[in-house]
Amino acid sequence: MIGYIARRVGVSIAVVLGIALVSFIVIQLPPGDYADGYKSFLIEQGGATESEAEAQAELFRQRYGLDKPLPLQFLVWIRDMVTKGSFGFSFAYKRDVGELIAERFPRTLLLAVLAHLTSTVVGIVVGILVAPRQYSLADNLAAFAAFVLSALPRFWIALAIMFFLVFTLEQEHVTAFHSPQFVVVPWAFGSLEEISRTWAKLLDLLQHIWPVVVIAGLGGVARNMRVMRGNMLDELNAQYVTTARSKGLTEGQVMRRHAVPNALHPIIMYQGTSLPYMLQGELQASIVMGLPTIGTLLLTSLRNEDIYISASCLLIYGVLLVAGNLIADIALVVLDPRVRFS
Amino acid sequence: MTLSQQALARAATNENSGANDTILEIRGLKTYFFLERGVVKAVDGVDVAVGRRKTLGVVGESGCGKSVTFRSVMRLIQSPPGKIVEGEILLHRKDGATVDIVKLDPRSRQLRDIRGAEIAMIFQEPMTSLNPLHPVGRQISESVLLHQNMSRPAAMERAEEMLNRVHIADPDRRVSEYPHQLSGGMRQRVMIALALSCNPSILIADEPTTALDVTVQAQILDLMRELQDDFDSAIVLITHNLGVVSQMADHVAVMYMGRVVEYAPVYDIFHRPKHPYTIGLLNSVPVLGRKENNRLVPITGMVPSPMDDIRGCAFAERCPEAMQICWEQSPEFKEHEPGHSAACWLHD
Repeated sequence: MIGYIARRVGVSIAVVLGIALVSFIVIQLPPGDYADGYKSFLIEQGGATESEAEAQAELFRQRYGLDKPLPLQFLVWIRDMVTKGSFGFSFAYKRDVGELIAERFPRTLLLAVLAHLTSTVVGIVVGILVAPRQYSLADNLAAFAAFVLSALPRFWIALAIMFFLVFTLEQEHVTAFHSPQFVVVPWAFGSLEEISRTWAKLLDLLQHIWPVVVIAGLGGVARNMRVMRGNMLDELNAQYVTTARSKGLTEGQVMRRHAVPNALHPIIMYQGTSLPYMLQGELQASIVMGLPTIGTLLLTSLRNEDIYISASCLLIYGVLLVAGNLIADIALVVLDPRVRFS
Repeated sequence: MTLSQQALARAATNENSGANDTILEIRGLKTYFFLERGVVKAVDGVDVAVGRRKTLGVVGESGCGKSVTFRSVMRLIQSPPGKIVEGEILLHRKDGATVDIVKLDPRSRQLRDIRGAEIAMIFQEPMTSLNPLHPVGRQISESVLLHQNMSRPAAMERAEEMLNRVHIADPDRRVSEYPHQLSGGMRQRVMIALALSCNPSILIADEPTTALDVTVQAQILDLMRELQDDFDSAIVLITHNLGVVSQMADHVAVMYMGRVVEYAPVYDIFHRPKHPYTIGLLNSVPVLGRKENNRLVPITGMVPSPMDDIRGCAFAERCPEAMQICWEQSPEFKEHEPGHSAACWLHD
């Protein structure tokens, strides 16, 4: 088992390098670069002539190494990542990309994990509950609700929730992670007073992020629910479930001990591919709700060809995909003896 | 040895065993499936009894209702669409009481106490009848823990002992192995160990050897016979293999279209069959050493759809001896000789 995991980790590292290369190349594909944008900015806003602006742009390219050949740019990017932990420099923000991402990553991950948990837990539980009642009213209602939730545009639900919060509940502040009065409050647990302020800040945070969690989470319920329901139906018709019933187990025991663990198998495999999906899932809702997450960062960077941010974000998604698959593989080894012994 | 000689030998051993009481009586059982395209009368009036410590062979072609009848006994019919619409299933329990299983709620405590502890079942597909995620020992001990007042380690020991009883080598090692690590024959042995782990008074074996190759079949049948003596269980052997029936059964019920058409001691079924369907079945079995010109005689025609409303005898259109009355009225299933019942107008 240790050998199996070591092998999988080794392969994963190679895959990550491949992803880094591909994300870097993909970012270079659109015509032009950040310096071109800078040039037209100088002409339009700064009143510079064509040649002056071109000279400025050229200076810019030299300063940030954009005039070097692509393979060299890639190698420098990778070298700095490995040796200095630096992901490059953002032209637009004039800051280190690593810093930018590090600032947003924990909060993005928090949102993503919460949304993912919502979609997985709700999906699995509802799937288990409706499977034995196939084609019943409850089954059809659950399917209807799940499909509507996944079909409605997320930005639209976000707007609707925002409207409701502001005009019906009269919540004062709906965008960003915190209300203004909590932004400077530190996460501290030193004294009783600090703890109570931290607690208030946490509640404020939840009040701001729940719409995104719910929107991104419920949108994913349909898939999990239908997959779980289908698996459960397969397993409930399996011979070993009849064996379990013929032992005299209660229906609940048959489900818990026999049908559900077998039905979880494909869900766990699919979890591996959903880590990056859940990072992107919150994108639309985050834009509307004005939450600065990785998704919004990637979107702006793509628009103004801020290549190091884009490539780094893509790389992070790729790493998460690989990590997710690795985690799913390990989870399967733990769950399923057939994988463990072959 | 021909089938009839085997049946004779089997009948001879019966004479000595005595104790003629029944443990399970099925009376007028009807199990229907209510599907969108119509009602399938899978079991349509079955009367049969199982003697204590005896083996009942149930034969008939695919879809004749033999499995559904005994899944009804375990109340394992999925509902909807299946439903027991009529009849009684009387079980004489270990404590002396008699219950009608049809009247029990399938989710009730009482029925769960019967499943596994008084009636146990093994299935055709040893490949899929065990849960792939649990070690076999745990699957056996699960049943033991449920029905017997035992600690977990004691139940595991019982599981190991049961594996030993079904002649699995290295039971102490096998007990912690998973189903995919065992061969088909071994898995069927595990299923038998699981079924017998709580000393049930009836073991229902639904085509237990169909999926196994012939040498393994013989071993499994030998094992079942040996354990029947040790555990004092009655066996219901559902099969379409007449050879297996002649080796194993004390009594035989022949089923056709959801009904028992003939029921008799095994010797009578092979030597004095009454129903033309039974005769047809016997004629279509190849016998080693039979003369070449003595060709197999198949039963002509096809089984009618169980959704059709059949007037008269369901076998009439395939029966070489059909008479006018066969098309008009369904024959009653009744005793024509002591212990030998059939549903056929020929004998009225």
